[in-house]
Amino acid sequence: MTDITALSAEATIPQKTRIELALRKPGFLVGALIIGVSAMLALMPGVFAPYDPNLIDYVAVKQPPSWAHPFGTDMLGRDSLSRVIFAYTVNMQMAILATVFAMTIGVIVGALVGYYRGVADMVFGRVVDAVITFPFLVLVISVVAVLGPGLINMYIAITLVGWVYYARLMRAEVIAQMGNDYAGAGIVMGYSDRRIIFRHLLPNAITPVIVYWMTDMALAILLGSSLGYLGLGAQPPQAEWGVLIAEGRNFITTAWWLSLMPGIAIVLTGLGFSLLGDGLADLLRPRG
Amino acid sequence: MTQPVMDIKDIELEFQVSRTLTDFVKQRPGRVVRALNGVSLQLNKGETLGVVGESGCGKSTLARCIVRLYEPKRGSIHFDGKDIFAAGAKADRSYNRRVQMMFQDPYSSLNPRMTTGQILSEALSVHNMRPKDEIATRVAELLDLVRLPQDAAGKLPHEFSGGQRQRIAIARALAVEPEVLIADELVSALDVSVQAQVVNLLLELQDRLNLTILFVAHDLRLVRHVSNRVAVIYLGRIVEVGDSETLFSNPSHPYSQALLSAAPSLDPDDKGSAIRLQGELPSPLNVPSGCPFHVRCRHATDFCKIEVPELRALPGRGEVACHHAEEVSEHA
Amino acid sequence: MSDTQPILEVENLCTTFTRGGVALPAVRDVSFNVGKGEVLGLVGESGSGKSVTLRSILGLSRRYGDVTGSVKWMGQDIAQMPERKLRHIRGRDIAMIFQEPMTSLNPLLTVGLQLTETLKAHTDMGRAARRDRAIEMLDHVGIPAAASRLNEYPHQFSGGMRQRVMIAIALAASPKLLLADEPTTALDVTIQAQILDLILSLADELEMGVILVTHDLGVVAQTCKKAAVMYAGRIVEQGDVRQVLRAPRHPYTVGLMRSVPQDVPPRSQLYTVPGTPPSLEALPQGCAFAPRCQGRTEGCLVARPPLATIAQGRSVACFNPVTDAQGAAA
Repeated sequence: MTDITALSAEATIPQKTRIELALRKPGFLVGALIIGVSAMLALMPGVFAPYDPNLIDYVAVKQPPSWAHPFGTDMLGRDSLSRVIFAYTVNMQMAILATVFAMTIGVIVGALVGYYRGVADMVFGRVVDAVITFPFLVLVISVVAVLGPGLINMYIAITLVGWVYYARLMRAEVIAQMGNDYAGAGIVMGYSDRRIIFRHLLPNAITPVIVYWMTDMALAILLGSSLGYLGLGAQPPQAEWGVLIAEGRNFITTAWWLSLMPGIAIVLTGLGFSLLGDGLADLLRPRG
Repeated sequence: MTQPVMDIKDIELEFQVSRTLTDFVKQRPGRVVRALNGVSLQLNKGETLGVVGESGCGKSTLARCIVRLYEPKRGSIHFDGKDIFAAGAKADRSYNRRVQMMFQDPYSSLNPRMTTGQILSEALSVHNMRPKDEIATRVAELLDLVRLPQDAAGKLPHEFSGGQRQRIAIARALAVEPEVLIADELVSALDVSVQAQVVNLLLELQDRLNLTILFVAHDLRLVRHVSNRVAVIYLGRIVEVGDSETLFSNPSHPYSQALLSAAPSLDPDDKGSAIRLQGELPSPLNVPSGCPFHVRCRHATDFCKIEVPELRALPGRGEVACHHAEEVSEHA
Repeated sequence: MSDTQPILEVENLCTTFTRGGVALPAVRDVSFNVGKGEVLGLVGESGSGKSVTLRSILGLSRRYGDVTGSVKWMGQDIAQMPERKLRHIRGRDIAMIFQEPMTSLNPLLTVGLQLTETLKAHTDMGRAARRDRAIEMLDHVGIPAAASRLNEYPHQFSGGMRQRVMIAIALAASPKLLLADEPTTALDVTIQAQILDLILSLADELEMGVILVTHDLGVVAQTCKKAAVMYAGRIVEQGDVRQVLRAPRHPYTVGLMRSVPQDVPPRSQLYTVPGTPPSLEALPQGCAFAPRCQGRTEGCLVARPPLATIAQGRSVACFNPVTDAQGAAA
């Protein structure tokens, strides 16, 4: 085996071909395409949606999919396709807002405890133990129960619990990176701890976090819509996939499209984030 | 030449080994690796002091103590008369500027995400070595100094060979214009033909910039070639220290003798006196009592098992830590 | 070459790997023989193809790359032999030891089990006989209290002892050829000396041929009878170890010998070979060493010098070999 590693170390593949290779991976391309389209729908739902999502039309109630209403209409005659498209804004916002703060806090805390270790690390270890003992959803629901339902409170709840997972990942990666001499070299050069942590260790340690972030965004959408479904997240008449599924629940035998279409949207975006994460893992891996 | 810039006194360092499950079951206390057991050494201005020994003997630990990557449990290190571990001294970053280190592994000592130019200019700007607008010129000068082409500045570490990466590491160390360089196995990971290039560069730079070098290595021929003085280290203790030529031509400590005769000669007919050591290097978890070398020593007596020999000067030789140094050196 | 028929004849061995669509010729046109009880040193720097050559002999490279040429073991070509038949030769007739004894031993099995497993695969000894033989082997390679150490795991042995265990396993089935890939590089000099002594005395005792791959010229000088110097996948110089090391003819060998700080004034500038070895994906058209060679001519840049015999058992791949006088000045 050694001969192979020695060879590949010697014949380093130029950076350009790396990107080309990643672009040639169909999974990465499909993921990027799905997320790209999702982002566009989220940013400008009005451009793509054929109707006003809240336009009530009692004449056309619970109509099956047709040319006029490709996803059908709901019990109030609102166009399902438009509601699913408008929900992109809320659900993509969830993917980002429910994770980005958790990630930022987690990365900073993880980097600090990984670098300094000591007492802070021991305290952190206990926090991790405490958090991972409980199922994620149970913890989030308890926090929401205390704060009250609503999107903002949901973000706060997910952030309060979610940062621990990022921090744990970051800590392990920083400790692994500390085994490389460039960290020691930074100390010997007399660089400040801040510089060593954030300029040297962090860029090298962040790749797994980014990849995890991608899957976490998919999970955040799933969690957000679960809470919406339970009535703890987005509140009707807000168009949100979980809310939409909940609304369709009572008519599942007569108007199956009401729950199915937002469900497909959830699965598709989740798939997109996962594929994108896989591709990014290849792209971001340090060379050499 | 004889004025010590670095005075290392009696430093000791232990590493805690975390208790394993068997330790818990057998109710054994946590064990310690005794990496350094009272090392004293002076580094004189402008000299190259070689440190040789086998793996696990503590030579790299010593190097890392000097640059404050580890803090010794006991003992002191004075640089320019000042204790580098004194309260408040650690905040003094000028020490890091004046004493620099180069690492063994050229594949891990450079940040893989920074270009050579970024690595060098970072060192320059953090220590305010040059005003902002002169940094680019200085980077070019440094590349020139270590004989790297100018386009190296824009490249990432993985685009270089091992030897070139060690040149970048040398340039980074020299960027802050240090007085002392600690070279920890600087060329061990390199091929023979590239080793010679880097060693030549180091020697030339030393003369040009009046550097003091601590050269830690296990390759005896290289150490002999670059060093003025040499210290032989065994299980965290210095067993012999002295003038390089004297020590290599007439080693006085039985361990030095064995170490030197084990290095294979390039001459197929020179099989050497071949003193073959019995047994293995004892684990630093379990350092033998008395003289740590007595379990492998041909000359060991009962006294060696009890009493730790101190370093003492031997006429015409350097300092030797052996109870029987006089008789032993006659054998050589 | 040797007084008897060689046991291993390697002819025009080529091994080419492919990475990302680029062909990497790791071994090019390598030929050599090993006789009974003969120790051949294969010297070169990292990436010179010395390890790949060794692995290609035992058919370990063909899973990863394209191997051509012939490898004759006792007159039988094993280069193209199917894996199933090759397995009978591996371990029994030809054994191999690696640089890193820790990763080549299975950490979850006792040393005794790993030893007897080899015996089970290659001999028809009974259970008790295998155990006795295992103890005998460990004893033979200088492991004290062999019987009691059979039930220990690899991590309970030190680096040098592990390499001894590896050698014991390799030699358990009394092979006729030992392939040793940098067996002492991970070890300290005092232990290295012990291990090399051991390999040499066993080679002598069992009349076993040895191919020793190393980057250390001192190791070659002290252990080998013949030496072959490799550069960029080819043998550039070959012959009796005394001739190769004392009067090197290829400029690369000369450079290697002179880069070692021996018998030069202390702190003087060492002789260096300028530049670095070429990468396998961009080998020069002519002689691979030409860009670094001070004696190169126009012809060197265009054509590749063949490995030509210049004396009995001595060959050099160079258009302008260094003369004896120049070699002595080195």
